[in-house]
Amino acid sequence: MKLVEIKDLKKSFNGVPVLRNISLTVEEGQTVSVIGPSGGGKSTLLRCATMLEKVDGGSIAYDGKYMVKTDEDGNAVYAPKAELKGICSTFGLVFQNFNLFPHFSVLQNLTDAPIHVLKMPKEEAEAQALELLDKMGLKNRADAYPGELSGGQQQRVSIARALALRPKVLFFDEPTSALDPELTGEILKVIKQLAAEKMTMVIITHEMAFARDVSDHVIFMDGGIIVEEGDPKDVIENPQNARTKEFLSRVQSTI
Amino acid sequence: MESVLEFFKNLWNLLVQLSPSMLTTIEIFLLTLVLSLPLGLLVAVCRMSKWKPLSWLTRIYISIMRGTPLMLQLFVVCYGPYYMFEIPLTGEWPFIAAIIAFAINYAAYFAEIYRGGIESTPLGQYEAAQVLGYSKGQTFFRIVLPQVVKKILPATTNEVITLVKDTSLVYALAIVEMFTRAKMIAAAQTSMLPYLAAGIFYYAFNYLVAFLMERAEKKLGYYQIK
Ligand SMILES: Nc1ncnc2c1ncn2[C@@H]1O[C@H](COP(=O)(O)OP(=O)(O)O)[C@@H](O)[C@H]1O
Ligand SMILES: [Mg+2]
Repeated sequence: MKLVEIKDLKKSFNGVPVLRNISLTVEEGQTVSVIGPSGGGKSTLLRCATMLEKVDGGSIAYDGKYMVKTDEDGNAVYAPKAELKGICSTFGLVFQNFNLFPHFSVLQNLTDAPIHVLKMPKEEAEAQALELLDKMGLKNRADAYPGELSGGQQQRVSIARALALRPKVLFFDEPTSALDPELTGEILKVIKQLAAEKMTMVIITHEMAFARDVSDHVIFMDGGIIVEEGDPKDVIENPQNARTKEFLSRVQSTI
Repeated sequence: MESVLEFFKNLWNLLVQLSPSMLTTIEIFLLTLVLSLPLGLLVAVCRMSKWKPLSWLTRIYISIMRGTPLMLQLFVVCYGPYYMFEIPLTGEWPFIAAIIAFAINYAAYFAEIYRGGIESTPLGQYEAAQVLGYSKGQTFFRIVLPQVVKKILPATTNEVITLVKDTSLVYALAIVEMFTRAKMIAAAQTSMLPYLAAGIFYYAFNYLVAFLMERAEKKLGYYQIK
C-alpha cells in the first residue's frame, strides 16, 4: 500500500528552483534513505512533505488523501483545514537538532502533545511514554530535563516524542549530524530497530553504510532532482550516474 | 542614650502614622502590575502583528509612553478629560486616573520586554510544535510563553523595582499615598524624619520585591534554555 505519494513536487526560493519535479512513493513498512550533497534540496523535500514549507506545484498524498494538489491553473491547493489536521497526523518529523521543549521534563515532552493534541487520557499518555522511553533505553531519565541529557539521549527522546503521536510514517532530517561521532551509533541502532518493526520511514542521512544496510530503497538527490534511485546495494556500491559516483567517492571513507 | 531612644521611638511612631498611606502605595503597585503585565503581553502581540497598521500604531504608542515623563502622562490622564469634556474631578477619579496612567505606561515597557523574549525563541520550537499538531494558541501558551517568562524575569525585576519608586509620583495628583503623607507630616513638624521613615519603607518594599523575584528565578531554574 502506498503510504506517501509525492508527484512532480516543485519549490523555489526567491525564484531559484530548489525542487524540480520530485516524485517519490513510499510503501507501508518501507525504509527509504535520501542521500546527496548539501544544498541538493533534501531538507526542503522533507519540509514540504511536513508542511513546514508551502509547495509551488505538484501533489503530496498520505494514505490516499491529498494534503496538497495542483489545479488546472497550476496553483497548489491545500486540503481544507479540518481535513488537513487529520492528514498531518499521519506523519512525524525528527529534526537534526532535536528541538525538544526545554521547559518540559522528558516525560512531559512525550505526553504533552498526545494529551493536548490527541486528547489522550493522561494515564494512557504516561503509560505509553514510559513504554517508549524503555524502548529507547531511557526509562530512568523520565524526570530529567532535556538540558541535562547528552545529544544522543536528546535525539532518542525526540524520536520517542514523534512516535508518541503514533504516526504512520516518520521523517528524519539528518538525525545524527548534530551528534559527536561516538553518539551516532545509538541513534542508528534505534532507527534500525524501528525498521525491523516495519515502521515506515524516510531518512536523510550521510551514513552510507547505514543507508545501504537498513533501507529498502535509496534516493540520490542533487540540484533539486532525483538523479538516481533504486536498491540500496546497487546505488551505493554500483552507481550508474556520474554525479552519484562522484558524490559517493567523496564520502566513501564513511563506508 | 536617651536621645537615641527618643529618635527610634519617633521613627516608629512615624511608621505607624504612615501605615494607612503605605496601603495606598501597595494598592497602586499591585493594581498596576495586575493590569500592565497582561496588557503588556497584548501590546507585544499587537506590536509583532503582521498587519502593518496595527503594528505601527502600537509602535507609536510604545514610543510615546517611553519617550515622555510618567509625571506628564499622569497629568494628561487625570486632567485631560476635565479640560476636554469638562468631566468633573470628583472623589475617586485621581486615583483611577493614576492607575490607568501607570498601567498603560508600564504595559509599554513590559511589551518591549515580552517582545524581546518572544522574538528570541528559536524557530525550531515553533516548527516542532507545528509538526506535533499544536494549534497556534497552544504553541504560544504551552511552548513559547513559559520559556519567555523565564528569559524575561531579570529584566522584569528591574521594571518592578522602578515601579515601587514611581508610585511616589502620584503625589502630583494630590493622592495621599506614602510619600505625600510623609511630606505633609514633614511640613507640619519641620523635620526630616518623616522622609527617613518613607525611605525605610521604600527600601524594605523593594527588598521584598527583589527577594520574591529571586525566588521565582530560582524556581524556574530547574531547566536550561539553550
Ligand atoms: N528558507 C529558505 N530560503 C531561501 N533559500 C533556501 C531556504 N531553504 C533552503 N534554501 C536553499 O535551498 C537549497 C536546498 O537546501 P536544502 O533543502 O537545505 O538542501 P540539503 O538539505 O540537501 O542540504 C539551498 O541552496 C538552500 O540555500
Ligand atoms: Mg539539509
